[in-house]
Amino acid sequence: MAASLNGSKTADVVARAQALFEDLSFATARQWKASEPGRKVVGYMPIYVPREIIHAAGMLPLGIVGGGDQLEVIHGDAYYQSYICRIPRSTIELGVSGRLDFVDGMLFPSICDVIRNLSGMWKLMFPHVYSHYFDVPQNYRDDIGGNFYINELAELRHDLGEIRGNPITDDELRHSIAVYNENRRLVRDLYTFRAERPWQAPAAEVYLVVRAGLVLPVEEHSVMLRDYLATARAEERPMRDNCRIVLTGAFCEQPPLNLIKSLELSGCYVVDDDLLLVTRWLTGDVPTDGDPLKNLSLAFLHHSESTAAKYEPSQKEKGQYLVRAVKRSAAEGVIFAAPSFCDPALLERPMLQHVLKDAGIPYIAFKYAENSGQMQPIREQAGTFADSIKLWSGA
Amino acid sequence: MTTIVTSKKAPAKEAEKDASMVKQKEMMAAHYERLTSAPETGDKVVATFVPGNLNELIMCFDLLNNLPEVNAIQNGLRRLSGSYVLEAEKIGHSEDVCTYVKSDIGMMAKGNLAPNGKKFPNPDVLLLSYTGCFTFMKWFELLREQYQCETIMLHTPYMGDGKITKNMIDYMVKQLKEEVIPTLERVSGVKFDIDRLREYLKKSTKAEDDLVRVLQSAKAKPSPIDAYFGGIYYIGPIFGAFRGTDDAIDYYRFLREEVNERLAKGKGPVTPDGDMGKEKYRLVVEGPPNYTSFRQFWKMFYDEGAVVVASSYTKVGGVYDFGFRHDPDKPLETLAEYCLGVYTNRSLPMRIDMLTNYIKEYEADGLLINSIKSCNSFSAGQLMMMREVEKRTGKPAAFIESDLVDPRYFSAANIKNRLESYFQMIEQKRAGVSAAA
Repeated sequence: MAASLNGSKTADVVARAQALFEDLSFATARQWKASEPGRKVVGYMPIYVPREIIHAAGMLPLGIVGGGDQLEVIHGDAYYQSYICRIPRSTIELGVSGRLDFVDGMLFPSICDVIRNLSGMWKLMFPHVYSHYFDVPQNYRDDIGGNFYINELAELRHDLGEIRGNPITDDELRHSIAVYNENRRLVRDLYTFRAERPWQAPAAEVYLVVRAGLVLPVEEHSVMLRDYLATARAEERPMRDNCRIVLTGAFCEQPPLNLIKSLELSGCYVVDDDLLLVTRWLTGDVPTDGDPLKNLSLAFLHHSESTAAKYEPSQKEKGQYLVRAVKRSAAEGVIFAAPSFCDPALLERPMLQHVLKDAGIPYIAFKYAENSGQMQPIREQAGTFADSIKLWSGA
Repeated sequence: MTTIVTSKKAPAKEAEKDASMVKQKEMMAAHYERLTSAPETGDKVVATFVPGNLNELIMCFDLLNNLPEVNAIQNGLRRLSGSYVLEAEKIGHSEDVCTYVKSDIGMMAKGNLAPNGKKFPNPDVLLLSYTGCFTFMKWFELLREQYQCETIMLHTPYMGDGKITKNMIDYMVKQLKEEVIPTLERVSGVKFDIDRLREYLKKSTKAEDDLVRVLQSAKAKPSPIDAYFGGIYYIGPIFGAFRGTDDAIDYYRFLREEVNERLAKGKGPVTPDGDMGKEKYRLVVEGPPNYTSFRQFWKMFYDEGAVVVASSYTKVGGVYDFGFRHDPDKPLETLAEYCLGVYTNRSLPMRIDMLTNYIKEYEADGLLINSIKSCNSFSAGQLMMMREVEKRTGKPAAFIESDLVDPRYFSAANIKNRLESYFQMIEQKRAGVSAAA
């Protein structure tokens, strides 16, 4: 059972989450693995993998979202041209520098060609580590994409069962689904709370607390989420005269923490975002009875987030998820923040902008890299955007 | 603001072409004529992609195949793509993304003219054959937004683990049976006839056999073909709108005879400046070419006596030289297998194996990678591929960078310098081997 943090203040919870965020040696995951013989850790990259299957194998799912702005990339740059985004090079740096030497497997989900090709590079660089490209369907019919996906899930289940030496049972999967249902509910509660009272749950804090879920055992992370929610609700903080924005495009390579802070400092409350989507990819509870793989498959097909890496079969529906996010969170505008050279985010952007324009929702756009250091231009752009919303949105 | 300056040099000498290249050009011109006449003839048009091009299936519905990558290439060769790319960037497309897409979007914004100067017809349907390239998905979502027409997704799973599984084939066949074919029937008004598909597939196999023989002729010394620059002409019909037709059978038979003749005479490839001189360097090339300075780029090779004996780019529309042929006895399964096997749908280790194999089989002096700025499917991981192939073959490798159809990323002086250094490296390696012997 995870240690309770009950009784702590918001700052304490955030400080712990920040320490986890800054720890590029993944000490907590290493300790978890070392504390019992036979424990295994399986890394995964954005956007989504079914962590329930890893958990059901008794393994720790470990989210790898690059190296951030504190990692000096020495080896990783030798693997990529200047026109490739930063996340694969810092991920390689994590691997080559031994920071991931305790990881027993790596999953590379279907998101873009860069991450796809990285899956093959990983196989060559770390031939003794289980490395798997995890495909997801782009066809959403139960009997077509659904069946394909069930078989892909079954393959992952089989492989992880082999690694631990025992097949994963349905009951183990059902239990893990229940555990992750609870975790996703808490993350959604946190997002709802932030949308209601963004001054009580600053975007940088929410980001850190949610991101802790990438490295902590899920049970422990749920405790942290509960603690943060309880303390953030109880602690009155001053409300600023900020506008309310949805941040979009940052679903893979993560923006520097300073960028998220800068948005709020320049007058924009972030009331929804697509950061760390894995933590809330499935939008409702997955049933815990019946066939667990079928349940995961149906949840993926019919109750999962929309994002640029997914095909949208309906032109009418294209981009409406963003309009709904704006309405749901009572946002006044959208900030497109995409990593440089990110195919999914940058190719999607014009289509989303057309949809926003039709809906009368203002937006701005900029690019970043996970190690961007200069925040002044972003602060100026976001500040001007906030001012324009404040001055003219009601006109 | 970026401005594209076109040099005002004297017009270049007309490029020399062998008879097969002339024939190929005629076939392409006839196809563009058919396409642009569609509003008058009443033919319906399907837009789709080169990798995962299901031409035999498309023909079963009397649909005309329009390939936006090929249109972008044509615009690159005609030096129109630069202004199209800028146009797309002006209307909000990022400078970071694929220039094929931007050339296409820019072309539409500027009148949507085909190489014959006539307007392209709007597609009746977009067949999103999602094979080996993430950008394809967004590209057709962007086109759907413009054309407001029906779009069919055919998802080809990626060969991440280096194998085709039953699950992948079942998934694709089911998509073909229950989504692709019924929608094409509805759009075209033509009922699907599987025997008609089988007939087209039989024809494909014949052309594929001849294509492979042509490509493998480069094992000879000297090679009678250039399998990259010349190879781009050779793959045109089979990767485009002709696979499965009698025209393709005729073309590849003709091409094979032409190449056999050169082989018998011990001749090298035909270049735009005539017969290539003495073959000095035999290269394997990975990655697409630059099209905006295609002739200048090729000249940097043949001026130095460098011939490309095998290339990965000539496998993006299908890998046939390791045995795959369309199989009329398994018509839908074979289409699935074809899509799964195209070069950019293969895992990085598979691509490395292929290139290593080419260097050995074609007795090449080394590997050259032309890394394309706007194509992550090809480019991400190429530096590692280069090191792996060097390690496995002991042959030197080199790396140059350009772009498909964006002239801003073609730096002739840099590329020429790199190539010259590379040829010196090959000479040194040879001298080292001779000295050791």
